[in-house]
Amino acid sequence: MTHALGAGLGFKPDFAEDALAACHAGLWFEVHPENYLVAGGPRLALLEAVRAVHPLSLHGVSASLGGPGPIDAGHLRRFAALADRLQPALISEHLAWSRFGGAYAPDLLPLPRSTEALHRVAANIGRLQDALRRRVAIENPSHYLRLAHDWDEVEFLHELVRRTGCGLLVDVNNVVVSAANIGLDATAWIDAIDGAAVMEVHIAGHRADADPASGLLIDSHDAPVASLVWTLLERLTARIGPRPTLLERDSELPPFAELIAERGRAQAVLDAVARAQEVPA
Amino acid sequence: MTLDEFQESFWRDLWAPADGTARPPAGLAVYRNTALKGCVDALRSLYPAVHRLTGDAWMEAAALDFVRADPPAGGELQHYGERFPAFLDRALAGGDLPWLSAVARLDRLWSESHVAADAPVLGLRALMRIDADRLAAAQLAPHPAARWQWCAEWPAFSLWQAARGGAADPNPPHWNGQGALLCRPEGAVLALEIGASDAALLDACAAGQPLGAALDGVHARFPCFDPGASLGRLLQHGAFATLTETSP
Repeated sequence: MTHALGAGLGFKPDFAEDALAACHAGLWFEVHPENYLVAGGPRLALLEAVRAVHPLSLHGVSASLGGPGPIDAGHLRRFAALADRLQPALISEHLAWSRFGGAYAPDLLPLPRSTEALHRVAANIGRLQDALRRRVAIENPSHYLRLAHDWDEVEFLHELVRRTGCGLLVDVNNVVVSAANIGLDATAWIDAIDGAAVMEVHIAGHRADADPASGLLIDSHDAPVASLVWTLLERLTARIGPRPTLLERDSELPPFAELIAERGRAQAVLDAVARAQEVPA
Repeated sequence: MTLDEFQESFWRDLWAPADGTARPPAGLAVYRNTALKGCVDALRSLYPAVHRLTGDAWMEAAALDFVRADPPAGGELQHYGERFPAFLDRALAGGDLPWLSAVARLDRLWSESHVAADAPVLGLRALMRIDADRLAAAQLAPHPAARWQWCAEWPAFSLWQAARGGAADPNPPHWNGQGALLCRPEGAVLALEIGASDAALLDACAAGQPLGAALDGVHARFPCFDPGASLGRLLQHGAFATLTETSP
């Protein structure tokens, strides 16, 4: 029986035993491929054990699609070899940059959306999809700075889809965080995105910046999903239909049962829309 | 401003040291904190014994200095920090913890062993199947996950093991030199204390010397060397992957 991707969880070795034993309908797991670009050893063996029983998604964080120059060739080769080995159900990357002059910053740095940036990112998405021999979903990052943009973010993403054939990963939490930080309209953003291009959705928790003077929200992945994120997930899903939806939780990990319960709420959102869309026989 | 100009300027601001006078824009501070924290967290998890021996504040300060001098080259952070032990050597010159960089090297070797290629482990039986002359001419190749170090100055292995294990008493039993061998005989990385002659034998095998020449060479340097006991210890721990017979 094929396994439809419903609501997934970010995989953490901390809860490997529970993850291996879990049998919830629609459950899948996502990892950052960077953590598994190794020659061998127990970490990779554990991921292969997970992948044997659950669908897997590779969510890249370091391709630096908007960086100066093409994607690092070594990284691309290792990423493609891992994808060949694991045959993941989904692969995604970010609309951001993180490499400059031979160095790497472990963060998703902001890109002014100019036509020059569009050409650069589109060329790199092409390289990524060629190396992986499959369609990749591109994620909208969280914004913390107001930059001078020539392109609206949604239009920029749609143009990347048109030029490269890529898909989109809509991170609803990033939309909410960015709306608060740089003053965009989260509901309008969610309503404008082309449902046909959406391959995956992310939800996560955020928190206020430790520096109260900044007034910023941080995409911290260390708290339960906020109510506005749930509302927008329901709104998006009702409009475009159920999509593989990932609960991201990277720190302050609660017990596995709590994560499964929160992920169950996302599954219920997807199931409710699927039922409403069922055509009577 | 072109995209290249924007990125060059942003990159410089991202890594600029906080000088305490000019407060960066709040948004830039978020990117800066995230990038630095990602690097420091990686070093903390890659060097757990160093972290435990030096404490949170010292480790964070040392890691920040290192990150600014030697940022990651890519996103595969499990390989980051190769030069951190050498950095500690320079940072600690003349200080209270002269053995810390030797401990850091063991943290590094553990990480290398952890992510090294998988391969079957060569067992003792493979050696017993061939006669002594052919064995002397054969080459023993170290396992891809085998890493070793001989430290003549400090009991680095005991200090490292006590720190990794969170031992209540971190003091080594004796302040003499110590070697360490890290291998993955059954998946997980296991550590074994070895002597100078064991490390010399591993070095000779890694250099491709035939086993007979390797054993003779070690014996010439270490008169107390017991070849059978040493080979047995190393094989049992999973130090070797293949035995290759050379044609006469």
